[in-house]
Parts: sequence; structure tokens; C-alpha cells
Amino acid sequence: MGSMTFHPEDPYHAFITTVRDPEYTEGPLSGVPVAIKDNISTSGIETTCGSAILRGYIPPYDAHVITLLRRAGAAIVGKTNMDEFGMGTTTESSAFGPTTNPNDSSRVPGGSSGGSAAAVAAGMVPYALGSDTGGSIRCPASFCGIVGLKPSYGRVSRFGLIAYANSLEQIGPMARDVSGVSRIFSVIAGHDPRDATSADRPYNHEPDSDVMDGLKIGIPDEYFGEGVDPAVRETVTGALDICSSMGAELIPCRMPSMQYSLAAYYVICTSEASSNLARFDGIRYGPAVNTKKRWHDAFSDYRHDHFGKEVRRRIMLGTFALSEGYYGRYYQKAQAARRMVREDFRRILTQVDIIAGPTMPTIAYRLGEKTKDPLQMYLADILTVPANLAGVPAISVPCGMIEKMPVGFQIMGSNFHEEAIIDAAYAFEQEMKHGR
Amino acid sequence: MADEIIIGLEIHCQLHTASKLFCGCDTDFRSDAPNTHTCPVCLGLPGSMPMLNKKAVEYALMVAKALHCEVLSECEFSRKNYFYPDLNKAYQITQYDKPLAENGHILIEGDNGEKKIRITRIHLEEDPGRSVHMGSQERGRYTLVDYNRAGIPLIEIVTEPDLRSPKEARRLLNKMRATLEYLNVFDSEAEGSLRVDANISIKGSNRVEIKNISSYKGVEKALLFEVTRQKNVIRRGLTVERETRHFLESRGVTTSSRSKEEENDYRYFPEPDLLPLQVKSWVDTIILPELPDARRERFKTRYGCFTEHAKTLTGSKKTADFFESVAGNNPALASTWIADYLLGELNYRDMSIDSVPPSHFTDLLNHLATEAITDKSGVEILRAMLDQIAEGKPIETPTAIIARLGLAKTGGDEIAGMIGDVIKENPQAVKDYYDGKKEALNYLVGQVMKKSRGRADPAQLNTLLVSRLTKEE
Repeated sequence: MGSMTFHPEDPYHAFITTVRDPEYTEGPLSGVPVAIKDNISTSGIETTCGSAILRGYIPPYDAHVITLLRRAGAAIVGKTNMDEFGMGTTTESSAFGPTTNPNDSSRVPGGSSGGSAAAVAAGMVPYALGSDTGGSIRCPASFCGIVGLKPSYGRVSRFGLIAYANSLEQIGPMARDVSGVSRIFSVIAGHDPRDATSADRPYNHEPDSDVMDGLKIGIPDEYFGEGVDPAVRETVTGALDICSSMGAELIPCRMPSMQYSLAAYYVICTSEASSNLARFDGIRYGPAVNTKKRWHDAFSDYRHDHFGKEVRRRIMLGTFALSEGYYGRYYQKAQAARRMVREDFRRILTQVDIIAGPTMPTIAYRLGEKTKDPLQMYLADILTVPANLAGVPAISVPCGMIEKMPVGFQIMGSNFHEEAIIDAAYAFEQEMKHGR
Repeated sequence: MADEIIIGLEIHCQLHTASKLFCGCDTDFRSDAPNTHTCPVCLGLPGSMPMLNKKAVEYALMVAKALHCEVLSECEFSRKNYFYPDLNKAYQITQYDKPLAENGHILIEGDNGEKKIRITRIHLEEDPGRSVHMGSQERGRYTLVDYNRAGIPLIEIVTEPDLRSPKEARRLLNKMRATLEYLNVFDSEAEGSLRVDANISIKGSNRVEIKNISSYKGVEKALLFEVTRQKNVIRRGLTVERETRHFLESRGVTTSSRSKEEENDYRYFPEPDLLPLQVKSWVDTIILPELPDARRERFKTRYGCFTEHAKTLTGSKKTADFFESVAGNNPALASTWIADYLLGELNYRDMSIDSVPPSHFTDLLNHLATEAITDKSGVEILRAMLDQIAEGKPIETPTAIIARLGLAKTGGDEIAGMIGDVIKENPQAVKDYYDGKKEALNYLVGQVMKKSRGRADPAQLNTLLVSRLTKEE
């Protein structure tokens, strides 16, 4: 039992809310500060999803992962900045202003879990939780030079995670190294009866660095194709060479479903989002709605005024995709494409142990560089969304620098085999640190 | 040729589970303050997730089996998206293109004998919350929302358009209610436990949907109104518009509810937070209790009930249970007295059969069986007893009521005395009798009956009076 003081300087604006004197209990993480992405419900601590529409909302309950962290003794020190409702790749769409990259504050930290990544990269906390719907843990991990894990769908309870796209997202750990990610993952993984999609697959594993020899690594051509910055391609190829020098077998493969995955991803996530975000009408929580207006006028004005532009864009896209007469053309087709992605992973992972490639096609952008053109922004998710569509685990681990900015190396594996990708990432990380 | 009426119903019934469909909140909320039976899940708080109540699925499967439906090998939940303040998440979790069960039927008493009504589908869904308008919906200053009801499990039973009259619709509902009660999955007396949407058309014309009728009688009334309205429209050479109408229970009329805001595209899609359900094999393990049709046949064979009595008695589970608890050695007497007297008296007083102590009713039947009282006295005792129950007074046994009111059947001597008095007091009637006017005898019987305050056995009285008059002539 104890309490600590947490009121750090926050030059990168990583936090929306900090808890000045967080309490903690006995346990394996006793007194360890953990930062939480602001879309994970924390009892008694304001939870906004980076949106004006939830300003002032204090959940009356803890998300399952928060219960588990508290039980392990962790101190919940604050809520980190994010793209509004997770809809972005830069953390610039937050209603609370952007977070900047600790490696270069003229650049974005990535998103949507940019605040969590920046808090870890800047050394404000050793660990943070993020959530990953289409790359939102791995992208900022890559841009900030830390490690981030998107778990298998169902391995971590989503109970209390404010939904953006339920069928795609997972809560996952972010830390400076693979051991840290593994440590937090062992606390948050496992079955929760309150999440019907949660699996009974706890994680009790110590990372093992002695796995590279004989490991079969699938290298999809598509991960090194058009749109991937040549410098990134080169850095990641270098990472693969290291794996190879450690005894891994590099096996080229194809992932033809990649051509559909981005479109399928955006149809599914916007469709689910249009439904998930419909409840924000100013009646039960968040800033109060104007009761002088008629109901339909009141809530549509309210939503226009309190949601940001990108959120409104995605709600409209999703609403359209689900409309009568369009459902078959968009939503159902997207589900068919999703099955193809899943099938590609299944096929490749019968021939190899893990799949590897870059996490992001580029290094971190400059602030404002991508905000003008949403399509350019969406294209940046091309390498991360396949894992979400397939539900498989994926980890991003730093593998080098370009223009003094970090590059992320992405490793994906079979469903519920986080152990395999964590071991591979750990072996690679140890080799980077000590081997050369 | 009469216009053919075509009716199909969508019946929403609350399942009587202990907890809500997707959370652990207690469903017994009716006597409690608003928003006291709620949690993050049924309030639809951000981040909360539905957790399916197994019991509700079991109950729904029982209904599906009782209505002879095919349970689908896989069903799934979908979101029905629309904006309304009492809809906590702005979507209702329901079932859409993969419902729990399909293709069943139920037998009803049709206008031309027994009739099979086909059931299209049965699905499970959650009830929304409830808006409480302060003042009228249009002019009220504000509206409050109560989420106690949010998440109560509902089943929606959809029939094919096989009904041909409002009366048949009413009979279907009665049969459905009885069936659900026999299954012990439904409390028909709980306020708002049943809501019906009715589709009705006159053959060859457009179909009209009447939304949200909340009583059994209301369904028949709304449909009768609509039949008349639609026939009048057609008679005037106009076209019945395809539309949705609301039933105003207080005025007994339906009104058009055309409004842009009610034209919904519900944007259904599968609920990603719930897994598809595979419960087909479960249905085989469910053993159903005795249902109304089987019980009716058993009442006829085991107790010798008349067909009409057997139908009436088994029409509600409580009535049938009551009958079996008092049938004893006099099932014939019990069935007559329940079907022909008790139910009418209860209906008149708007009382439930639960409130009648079976021991008291058995006592009454015993007095009737031994002919210690007349039928007329029996009715008087029954009424006295029901009035006491209705007024919340201590309930006397029939034995006590007989003693207090002196209702024991009169003996021969006492009747003889009364006959003497009546003959003395009504010389004109006696003269008329001797003159051959048969009605005069009825008048004299009536006078004696009046003196006995109904305690005289009518047959015995008749015999005694005739022999006395014959003797005196």
C-alpha cells in the first residue's frame, strides 16, 4: 500500500490528465507507474477519448485491464493523449491539441496511441497501455522508437475500452523494450467473462533470446513494395539480415489480399464506428446538450459541434456503408475481403513461424504534413491493418534510424502465439543491443 | 362477398428471467424508483459490453420448441441503429437475418373451427429504456428517461398473415399467453410485459402497420377500428395508404404517424461484441412441461370435463392449476362452478384467480355437493367471499357465511309453513291457478322462494306446492 507523486513536466503533451498522487497496492508491479490511453475507462479519472464530446466524463467503473493492473500493484498515473476516438495516425486530431515526438518535437509521435508512446519514449513512465484498431499501438511505437504489441484478438479483455471498431481492436502494452512489453502483457492477458469475445489464453512467458536459429521468417513482397520509403525498406532489410545472421531462414511469400485490406479495413472500422459513436448525444455524459431545442435538432447540432472533422468524416462514411442498398456492396464485400486476409495469414503461417516487415512505410511525419489529405493518411496504415483484419498478434520493435528518427520492425505470428513473436523480437533486440 | 381481412402479428413478450439479457441487473423493477436497476452495461456507458444471459436463451428455446419452430444451427445478434433518447446505445441489440428459430405454428380457435397459424420466426432482443414525458409528448416541457427497463429480455414472435379477423387475433394472443405461461417464462400480469405490432389489410389493398399496442383487448379494438376505417376508405373509392399508425388506447382509434423522423433505415449489421450462437443441439435436451392443448385433453379424459369447460379451464395456467387444486372428488361440480360462475364473477371484479383461497372454494363445493345449500345460495356465498377479498377484509369460509346469513337449505316443515302463508296471502293467484292459469304456479313458487331467501330447493318446493294446492282444492 502506498502512494506516489506524479507531476512531471510534459513538454511533448503526452498526457490529457495526470493523477498527482496515485495510490497503489502490493503486487508484482507495486508502485510502478503506468500511463493509460484515454479511451480506456478508469473509475474516478476523466476519460475523454481525446474528444470534446466526452470532456468531463468520469467513468464509474474500471476497464478489466485497469482492474488487473491495480490488482498487480501498478500506479495509474494518467491518461494519455490520442487521436480523437483513435481515428488517426498522428495524434493531431485530439481535441486537446497534438502530442509531439520526443525524438524531434517538430514531428508527430504517430497515432492514435501517440500520447502513450511519447510518455514512454520521453522516460516519463516505463510502461503504457495503448489500443490498436489498425496500427494504433505499432505506428507510434515505430515513430517514437519504442516497443508496442497488438495482441491476438480476444487475448486481452476489451471490457471498458471505449469502442471505435470492436471487431478489430485490442488493448496492448507499450514499453521501452521487449521485456517490458512482455511484463505488462502477462498482467493484462487472460479471460474475462464480461467480454464475450475474450479467450481463455493467459500469458505467462519469459522472453527467450535463443530462438532465431532455424526460425522460418516469411517476408511478404507486398511489405516491401510501392509506397514503402526506400530508406525504410533498406533499414528493415538490414534487420532481416541480422536475423538471418543469427540463423533464421528468410522465406519470401505473397499476401495477395493486401490489395483489398486497406479498403476492407476502412469500410469495417467506419461502419462499426458509426454505430459505436451514435450514443454520444449529450444526454447521459459529456457536456450537456441544449435542451431548448427539439431533440433531433439538439443532438445533430451537438454532434456537429463536439465531434472533430475526422470523426464526423468516418461516421458519415460508415453510415453510408451500412445503408440499405449499399450494405452488400460495401460491408459484406469488406467481410469477404477480410476472410481472404485471414486465409492468407493462415496459409503463410503453415509454411513459416513468423512474418516480418516494416511497421510503417515511413518515419514520423512533420506536424501538419498529412492532415490536409485524409487519403494519404489512410494509406500509411497499409502495413498494420492486415494483422487487425486477421486478428493475429503483431509487435513493433525498433530496428534503426533514418534522419535521426526511429524505424520500426514489425513481426506478426499465429493467433494466440504472442510467445513466438515476443521471443523473436527479444532475440533481435538483444542482438541489436549487444551483438554488434 | 365479404371483404377478406388479412392480419399478421409481431408479438413482443418480456421473458421472466431474474436478470437482464446482457447484464446482471435485477429485472424486478416495477415497484422501484427510476434508474435504480442499472449498471454500465444497461446504461450503455462507453466501453461496456454485452454478456448474454443463458437463461434467456433457454427460455426463448422453450418457446421455439412449444411453437414447433426449427431452431437454426447458427443464429446471431445484430444491431438495429436508430436515435432515440431512451435507447441507451443508440442501437438495439436484436436478431435480424439469422434469428433463433423459424417456421413454427400454433393452433387457435378460428372463426370456422380449429386453425393452424404459421409462425414465421422467433428472435431474442433487448428492451429499450422508457421515456416519461412530463405533460404531453408534443407540448411537455421536458422528458425524463428511465433505464430500469433497458435490457429486459424480449422475444419477438412473428406470425404469417394467417389471421382473418380481429377476433382470431385476440384468440391467438390468448393462446400465446397461455402457452408462455405454461412454460413459466412470462408474467402476463406485469405491466408492459406484452406489446404487439399488427399488420392488417383488406385483400387487394395496401397493408397498414399498427405499432405498439400494449394490451390484449387493445389489439382486437385497434384491429376492429382499422377494419372499419379501411373498408370506409375503399367504399369511398379511395386508396388505403401503406403506412404506420399508432393506436390511442384511451380513444380506441388509430392515427397516422407519418413523420420524416420516423422513416428509419436501421443499418443492421452483426453485433461484433457477441459471438454467433450455436444452440440447435441444446433444444433437443429441453423437456417441455404440459402445454394447453395436452392439458385440455387430459381434463376431458381424467376429470370428464365438457369440451367447452376444458377449453375455458386450460385457457390460463392459473385457472387450470386452481381447478386441479379443488377438483377433488367433485371434478364435474368444480369445473362447472369455476367455468360458469367463478370466472365471470372474477372478471366482473377485475380480480385474479390467485386471490381465491382454494380451501374456501373447496368448502363451497362440498356444501353444494351434499346439497346443503341451493345453487342460488352458492352464488350468493361466492359473491360475498369475493367482495371480502376485493375489499381486503378478513375472508370468511363458506361455512361461516352460511351460518351468518342462514343460508342452509330449508327443511320440508319450514317450507310447508311458508307455503301455507303464501297461499293465505295470495288468494287471487290461488284462484287463477285453479282456473287453469299455469303462470300462477310460477308466481306462487317465486313468492315462497322469496320468503326462503333462496334457501328452498326449487324442485322440492314445486312438488310440495302442487300437492298442497291439490289437497286444498
